[in-house]
Amino acid sequence: MREVAIVAAGMTRFGELWQSSLRDLFVEAASEALRNAGTDRLDAIYVGNMSGGQFVGQEHLGPLMADHLGMAGVASTRVESACASGGVALRTAVLEVASGMSDLVLAAGVEKMNDGVDVTNVLATAADQETEVYHGITFPGLYAMIARAHMKAYGTTEEDLAAVSVKNHRHGALNPKAQFQTEVTPEQVMQSSMVAEPLRLLHCSPVSDGAAAVLVCSLERAREFTDKPVKIRGSGLATASMALADRPDPAFLDAVSLAASRAYKAAGIGPADVQVAEVHDCFTIAELCAIEALCLTERGAAGEATRAGETALGGRVPINTSGGLKSKGHPVGATGVAQAIEIVEQLRGEAGDRQVEGASLGLCQNMGGSGASSVVHILERV
Amino acid sequence: MAGIVGYGAFVPRNRITSEEIARQWGKDPESIRRGLLLEEKSVPGIDEDTITISVAAGRAALERAGVNPQRVGALYIGSESHPYAVKPSGTVVAEALGIGPEVHIADLEFACKAGTEAMFVAFGLVESGRVEYAMGIGADTSQGAPNDALEFSASAGGAAFLFGGTNLLTEVLETYSYTSDTPDFWRREGEFYPRHSGRFTGEPAYFKHVTAATRGILERSGLRPQDFRYVVFHMPNGKFPLSVGKQLGFTKEQLEVGWVVPTMGNTYSGSSPTGLAAILDVAAPGDLVLITSFGSGAGSDSFVLRATELLPERRSRAPTVRSMLEGRRRYLTYGEYAKYREKILVND
Repeated sequence: MREVAIVAAGMTRFGELWQSSLRDLFVEAASEALRNAGTDRLDAIYVGNMSGGQFVGQEHLGPLMADHLGMAGVASTRVESACASGGVALRTAVLEVASGMSDLVLAAGVEKMNDGVDVTNVLATAADQETEVYHGITFPGLYAMIARAHMKAYGTTEEDLAAVSVKNHRHGALNPKAQFQTEVTPEQVMQSSMVAEPLRLLHCSPVSDGAAAVLVCSLERAREFTDKPVKIRGSGLATASMALADRPDPAFLDAVSLAASRAYKAAGIGPADVQVAEVHDCFTIAELCAIEALCLTERGAAGEATRAGETALGGRVPINTSGGLKSKGHPVGATGVAQAIEIVEQLRGEAGDRQVEGASLGLCQNMGGSGASSVVHILERV
Repeated sequence: MAGIVGYGAFVPRNRITSEEIARQWGKDPESIRRGLLLEEKSVPGIDEDTITISVAAGRAALERAGVNPQRVGALYIGSESHPYAVKPSGTVVAEALGIGPEVHIADLEFACKAGTEAMFVAFGLVESGRVEYAMGIGADTSQGAPNDALEFSASAGGAAFLFGGTNLLTEVLETYSYTSDTPDFWRREGEFYPRHSGRFTGEPAYFKHVTAATRGILERSGLRPQDFRYVVFHMPNGKFPLSVGKQLGFTKEQLEVGWVVPTMGNTYSGSSPTGLAAILDVAAPGDLVLITSFGSGAGSDSFVLRATELLPERRSRAPTVRSMLEGRRRYLTYGEYAKYREKILVND
């Protein structure tokens, strides 16, 4: 297998982008990535997208996006793994380049969620229809049960959950691409409307439109396109039981743990080497569970670590410097690629006010459903 | 110069509180009060509809004008809840008011701006000299689906404005309309309740059109926000008109007289017209007044008005809006509300 690098990135702002359609979003992000690499030639395109069919009635995104990018003819297909679609599109592109099949592949993620449909119900199609959704539960309810389990097992509190939201909004306030560039106080979080006990409105990521794209290239050719390639040191994909009730411990994200151990092994590093990470905080509890499964904190200690500032900018291992899904926004199919872009910017030293000084190794973790699939990438400055 | 020679409003006596509606659906009443600034809303009685509200408001307008109804050459009613899909509301209203049969009548629909649309057309016909007097009415018994956010606001009421060329209560100094194809809120033929696409009805719809129309009329008239004594914007909830007012540089003091929504609710086509009536209930001669409506679909109409010397003496001829909002009220349980709004299925 060949070594692989990300050589360029492009990303729309995330938010309620009423003026942009699904294809507009993709083309904006993809053409920015191509422009940054100074190329108009690609070997293949992978489009990460959870549900264009349900959100805007559009399937068959491979040819659609290649066509609108002016690249009809190029190999192009859609990759789907619910909210992990973007991360899995990136992994697929990495595998294709690593195999030697292609030299330059676009990995993009896109989602248009604000177009009039009932988003909660569309997202719920990523849970188990027969054993979960049929009984009426949607994702806020599933993650609320994860939160309850975590509280029961480790004494995690509502204050711990609020601390995640406060931190990620503080980071997002520094990110010009974020949907919410505003800080929130612990009091605002604790007084926001109850969605599914114990999760309140400000524990939930928003409904967002957006796209993100990176160009993946063989490391040996990377310098044709950039002075600052970022190497993919490791990639891990894993699954767990689809239904939350079938997991041995609902407070532990098995798929994240498994994907992380595969990525760490491939990279030849351990959790202690990670200097900055983007994790899938679709709800505040998800960030706590994710950093525990990634072994970035002890199991059960994520709440305390968050409140102590260990995961904030300037802390031991800054988590979600982009603002995370909570503050940057969560256009589901785009999220995994956007996470990689934040880590690329950090490792290139281009993260501005959000810069983690001297970061040379970073991780991003993207997740589908209530954690039934997860993909982890480890990136390194070269 | 043409202007308003008579005006009147009507708000039904029944009320339901936000708390009562929230209790029914297990929602937090504080978040409605705080988030939408809605305390209670008017509810039509079982025998009240757009026609009865229009008649009551139109009668008050004729009283204040002191005009023989036979001289009214046009009558337009804007509403989202005309009782008949086919057959006008206007003919019943005209007959009840003693207007016609030499009269031009039309029912108008443009979501929540149909009322100012009726006023716009009535004013234009008088200004052109085509008719001597013309009446424009905005009235609704608004629809909101049970357990939808709209249920806290959709209410009943309306206002009528009679336009003429002499004995003006207010002059109309300028008008301005701003319209685009923006489908933010709609109800299809045969559907009971409107649908809306969440926050799309905010920034790209309400705020875009209200600010564009208001900025347009300010530019055209050469006036600045501080030149006005009073201003009223369409009131889909308590928050939107205050936010848009602030964005445009108006103060709370300019807004609060016409800001009737916290205790009246959103009377759809009757919303900003009723707010205007509440302003005319207190305005002093020479005061400049600005009204900007909003209708989904979407568009806004703006008017700049100036109160005359005649306004104070004429307004006492009919009840004020505040007297109806703060006077005798009957508070309904959710069950009574459901019955009045015909949300309970019964056998014929």
